Order: sequence, then structure tokens, then C-alpha cells
Amino acid sequence: MAESHPPIGTGPLAKREARLAWGLLFPTIAAVALVVLLPLLAIFWISFKPVGLADLRAPEVVLREDIRGDDEAVGDAATIRYRLRNSSQDQPITGVTFSDVIPMGLAVQDLDPRCTLENRDLTCDLGDWEPGNREILTIPVIVEQPYLDNALRPQDSPATTTGVAPNVLTNTTFTLDNFSRIFSGEEFVEVLWVTLFYTVFGTIGALLVGLFAALLLNKAFRGQGILRGLYLFPYVAPVIAVAFAWLILFDPFSGSANALLIQMGVTPTAINFFGERPLALIMVTVFEIWRYFPLSFLFILARMQSIDTDMYEAADMDGASPFQQFWYLSVPQLLGILSVLFLLRFIWTFNKFDDIFLLTGGNAGTRTLTVSVYEQAFAISNIGAGAAVAVVIFGCLLAFSIFFLKYISREEGL
Amino acid sequence: MIRQGYVTGPILGALWMLVLSVTVSVAMSFSTGDPFRPSVWLSLFWGAIAGGAVVALGRTRAVQIGIVVIVTGLVLSGIGPMLTGDAAGSVARVLGSVILGCAFSFSVTVILDEVVSGPLNRHEFEGAVIRFLTGFGYIFFTAIVLIPFYVMVMTSLKNQGELMQNPLDFSIDLSKGTDLLRSYEELFTQFNFGTYLFNSFFISVLTVFITLAFAIPGAYAVARLRFRGQAAFSRSILLIYMVPMIVLALPIYIAFSMTGLRNSFWGIVMIYPVTTIPVALYMLQGYFRGLPSEVEEAGLMDGLSRLAVIWKITLPLSLPALASVSLYVFMIAWNEFLLAFMLLDDPSKFTLTRGIASLNSSEIPRQHLMAGSVIATVPIMALFLGLERFMTKGLTAGSVKG
Repeated sequence: MAESHPPIGTGPLAKREARLAWGLLFPTIAAVALVVLLPLLAIFWISFKPVGLADLRAPEVVLREDIRGDDEAVGDAATIRYRLRNSSQDQPITGVTFSDVIPMGLAVQDLDPRCTLENRDLTCDLGDWEPGNREILTIPVIVEQPYLDNALRPQDSPATTTGVAPNVLTNTTFTLDNFSRIFSGEEFVEVLWVTLFYTVFGTIGALLVGLFAALLLNKAFRGQGILRGLYLFPYVAPVIAVAFAWLILFDPFSGSANALLIQMGVTPTAINFFGERPLALIMVTVFEIWRYFPLSFLFILARMQSIDTDMYEAADMDGASPFQQFWYLSVPQLLGILSVLFLLRFIWTFNKFDDIFLLTGGNAGTRTLTVSVYEQAFAISNIGAGAAVAVVIFGCLLAFSIFFLKYISREEGL
Repeated sequence: MIRQGYVTGPILGALWMLVLSVTVSVAMSFSTGDPFRPSVWLSLFWGAIAGGAVVALGRTRAVQIGIVVIVTGLVLSGIGPMLTGDAAGSVARVLGSVILGCAFSFSVTVILDEVVSGPLNRHEFEGAVIRFLTGFGYIFFTAIVLIPFYVMVMTSLKNQGELMQNPLDFSIDLSKGTDLLRSYEELFTQFNFGTYLFNSFFISVLTVFITLAFAIPGAYAVARLRFRGQAAFSRSILLIYMVPMIVLALPIYIAFSMTGLRNSFWGIVMIYPVTTIPVALYMLQGYFRGLPSEVEEAGLMDGLSRLAVIWKITLPLSLPALASVSLYVFMIAWNEFLLAFMLLDDPSKFTLTRGIASLNSSEIPRQHLMAGSVIATVPIMALFLGLERFMTKGLTAGSVKG
């Protein structure tokens, strides 16, 4: 008698389901690959390239065309002049050619040996150019009647140029200069230290402040909804608006905060909150806490409201005091969400760029790794070095992520 | 030792008086511009006496009224917890002292509700401390949240000269009428803010639709369909969200410069959704998982295809989640600054955030900068307050179990 087996392997239905799943996911995967993975690969590539901001515009042939001499009567002798140059001072261009149309009624008298003329179409092959090369081509012509009848002048027909320039981004010159440049110098150590300070204190501060706010609102009373909405304001408002509001509030010359502190006798002279060395870093960290406590507040509050109240009633019966209830009942229940929030916020704070960029621009000892990317790439115009810093950031994140995935798989949620 | 009524009462009374006198001074300074300042030692001294009085005499109406009268009198005679400078107007002085007296008297009796003059048990003591901390928390959070926004709005209504003269004076002269809104008018007439507002709105709405078009099928596949790599996929979605924008912005800037997409509307519209798709997908799949799959299976049994099931059953059921996700994505796109700042140079294509950044120069007065900030903040705030329920749900969706 034949034994019956359950079916083995994937059946046609399961296959169809998997195909549909990949079909539905394909647009997302494609978009993410194009805008996230491709740029990430590009960052690695660029970080080994000696490329500056100016190199983004490839060297090209710049051509100006004019007509000199008289061209007002039949029989006048004139010259069409082409002035050409290599726009780049340090990159050669190979295979430079240009072509143009000579207007009707100009009889070409003499032709440069590198040029050919077919009917009215002029083509010149100028060969390979050194960096910064300049050339002037002149073509003597005699004016005839059709030229005078016709409104077309030599400048009116734009000349087209071709030429192949090596692109720094696509050729095979590699260098380790970018990395040696960012790792050498004391600045890098300071940047790391600032990043660490900002990330650790910003994360812990936002968590603690958020926890405090959640404890306040974890009871039903009139106006609770309004306060909850109000406490989310800093997170919802555009960062640029609140950053400038802070700058104006703490302005050393006409800021209200300084006026208030002086009036209250806390300080005799105005404090330059975002311009002095240790203070600026503390202020941007405080801003970070202020802006992101709502997020942790929201998550912690949601978790608190899902804790069973029976437990607190039982603890009350047993005589546990409010602080004991918080410490022995609430905190263990909240540990899960707190650790998840800590990891998430830690990474996001590490990644934060806009806030510091808007508040101090990375000056006064507030340059974090992310601000350093912008600084290298755009302020110093060294894209390669910027990319190298980005690679360092990415390396740190990879380390965090491995830790995160390992840890989070044991944690609740997520 | 500290759990004795005659110790707890004065200590909490003193600290509470300090909190309130600082609060009232700051509030009075910010609303009138007159010099009010708290005195730390006098606050502690009078607060301790008042706290002791409440514990010793009980929380009767007479004690409350007595405290109001005494505190008001002390402030007006210049030896109270809050001091006023000579420049302060008499109306403001009386008003400030009465406010401080009333606020302190009625709140301190609530804080010291169970505190009696004998020894206290843990419950009574900690209850009083918690009520003190709660009161402090409400004042603290409301102040730190409101002050920057208050400064933003009030600065936008004043002019540079007035601000330099007394940075604390945020009182506005209502007799100026519509002249108060001059910087707003100038932003719209001379600085093109109407266009920026439209650009921001258009880009944000487009971003929401594109994001949903990508995220809904993806989220459904991750939540419902079985395929190899499903678990790994749903986890790696969040990892993408961990890549910092500045790292991506650099190659995107290079690619856009070379292809001519920089400075174009479509370049921005191509990039924004990709930054929001992962988080939208993550939020939606959490919601889809929570929907009962029996309804969908019934639909499949009745001969609907998978896509028809998504369209006719899943989407109508998840309208609240779609609202939350849309709102969240709209907020991200509306507030986005970095990419707009790097990729847009042409003033006719600016978004609001980019437009505000262009106002940050020494030649443009600060009230314009603040008026621009208000213009960018008000729509998103209005949207948020109107749909707060969806918003808070959206923010926590999918990330918190239970």
C-alpha cells in the first residue's frame, strides 16, 4: 500500500504568490536602489578620487566667433575670426573639432589646412589640446551681393564643437589623499569628540525629558489633549523656522534671552550663546533635546497607556508608595521601549545635519561628522574629502546597525 | 527628618515660590517689556514662611486669602519674592503682584494637600513631592515650547528699531492696525513668497501621492504575501531609514549637476518620495498586519484577484492609517530643508524652507526672517492641530506593540 506524503517544496500557488509579492515590491526596490544604494556606491568611488567642486563641470571647448573688417559693400575684404580655448587649465581635451555654416554671399579666399569646406559647411579638425590651450582661426572672405541682401551674419549660425575630455569621476586615477587628509590633523579627533558628545547627550537628554513629559500627561484630565498637541510643536514645526527663532532669541546683541538674564542679574554682560566654545556645543545639544523630546514623549506615553492599571491598584493595596510604583512597576515595563528609542534616536542624532548647520554652521567647536561632510565638499570645494568623511560615517553606521539588528531581534516591537 | 510636616511644608513652599516668581517675572517681562525680576533669597524666605503657615494653620479659605493679600503687599512694597524696577508701570506692577499672589496661594494649598504638621508617611510625602514636580513640569514644558514660537510671532510684527531698543518688549501697538503685518505684505509682494508657498504645497502633495503609490503595494506584499526573504526585507526597510541624508545628498548633488536635474522641480519631486517611501512602507505594513485576513480571504474566495482585494477591501479598511501616513509624509516634505537648499538655486523654484534660508542675510531685517518662518509654520501647525489624532497615531504606528 502506497504511503501518502505531504507535498514537498513550493507548489504553483506559493510560486504565484511569491511572484506577485516581488512584483508589488519591485517599484520600491528599484527606486530605493536608484536613490539610496547607487549613491552609496558612488560615495565609495568618489572617496578615492581627487575631485573638487570645479571638476564637476567637464572641460569644454569655448568658442567665440566674430567678423572683422568692412562688410558693408560688395567687394569688401573681411575676415571671419574664430577664437577657441580650453575651459580647463589642468585637463587636456582630445579630438577637438568644430563645424559652422558660412553665410551666403561670403566667398572664402583661403582656408586653414586643418579645415574643409563643403558648399557652405565648414569643418575643422584641431586635434588634441593641452590644458589651457588657445587658438585663433581666421578665414579671409570677400563680400558679395547676396550677403548684403541677406540679414544672416556669421555670428547668427552657432558653431558646434566636439571634443573628448577625461572626466575625473570616470577615469581610473585613484588616490588615498582624501582619507589621509581627513585623518591627519587634530581636527578629526575634535570632530569625533564633538559628534560623540552631541549624540550621547542629545539622545539621553531627549529620552529623559520625554519620559518626564510622558509621566506628566499619563493621566486623564481636561486639557490633556491640548497639552499633548502643544508638546509636539517643536517636532512638527519646520526646523529652519525654529532654528532661526532660537538664533534670534539667543542673539548676543538684541536677543531677549540675554536681556532677560541681564535684567535678572544672572550675568553682567551679554552671553554669545552660539558663538563661544564650550557653550555653543551645549546649546546645539539643548536644541536637539528640545526639538526631539516630543518624539520620545509620544512613544513612551503610548507604551504607558497600554500598561494594565490593575497592577498599580494591587501595588497600592500592598502599600507601595508612588515612587516605588514608578521604580518597580513602570520602569521595568518601559525598559523595552526606552532601549528601542535609545538605539533609534542614537543613530538619528548621529546623522543629524540641518540643526547644527543652521544654528552655528559648524563653527565654535560644533562641527560634527555630518557637518564636516558639507564643510569639506562645499566650503573647501573638495568633494573627494567630503565623500571620505561620508564613508567614515557610513562605517560607523554599519557598526551601529549590526549591533542594532543583533540586539533588536531580542527586543520587543520593531 | 525630611518626612516631617513642618520640614516638608516650608521646603516645598520655598521651592514653589521660587518657581512661580521666576515664571511670573518672565511672563510679565515678555508681555509688557517692563523690568520684573525674581529675588532668589526673598522667594525662598517668604515661600518657606507661607508653606509653614499652610501646614500649621490648615488649608482654609482664610489662609488662602491671607496669603494672597500678604504676597501682593510684599511685592508692591518692594521686599517680596518678585522685584520690579522703577521703569515698571503701576498697572503692570499691581497686575504682576496679584497674579503671583493668587497663583501661589491657590497652588501651594493643593501641593501641600495631605501634609500635616506631624510626621508624614511615605504616601503623603511622595504625593506632595509629585504634585510639586507635576506643577513644575507643566510650567517648564509649556514655557520651553511656547517661548520660541512666541518670540517668532512677535518679532515678525515689530520693526528692527523697536527690537534693538528693548529686546524684551514684545507688546504690540494695536493702534497701528494692518501696518503690523507689513513684513508679511512685503514678503508676498517683493520676495515672491506666494510662489514659494505654492511650490512647497505642490511638491508636498505630489510627494504624498507618489509615496503612497509605491508604499501601498510594497507594504501589502510584506505584510500579507509569503515569499522568501520576507522577514529580512521587513527589517532592512528600517535600515534604509538609518542612512543619513547628507551622505546621499552629496552624490545626488553630483549626479544632478551632471545631468542638469539640479535646479528643477522634477529633480526634487524625484528625490523627496524616495526619502519617505521606507518609513511609509514600514508604517503601513504594521497596520495591514493588524487587519483581519479573513475578510480578504473571503474576497479571494468570491473570485476577486489580489489587486482587486487590495483596492476594494484593504484600502477602504485602512483609511485612518492612510491619513496618518499621508500627514506624516506631507510634514516631512514640507519641512525638508537640506535637499532644497543644495539642489535649488533659482528663486522662482524655491520651496518655502529654501526661501526662508535666502532671507538669512544681514541686509534683510529680522522681522522678515521671522515672518517667513511663521508663514512656513502656520500651515503645518493648522494641519497638525486639525488632525492631531491621526498624527499621533501615525507617529507611533507600527513601532509600539500593544
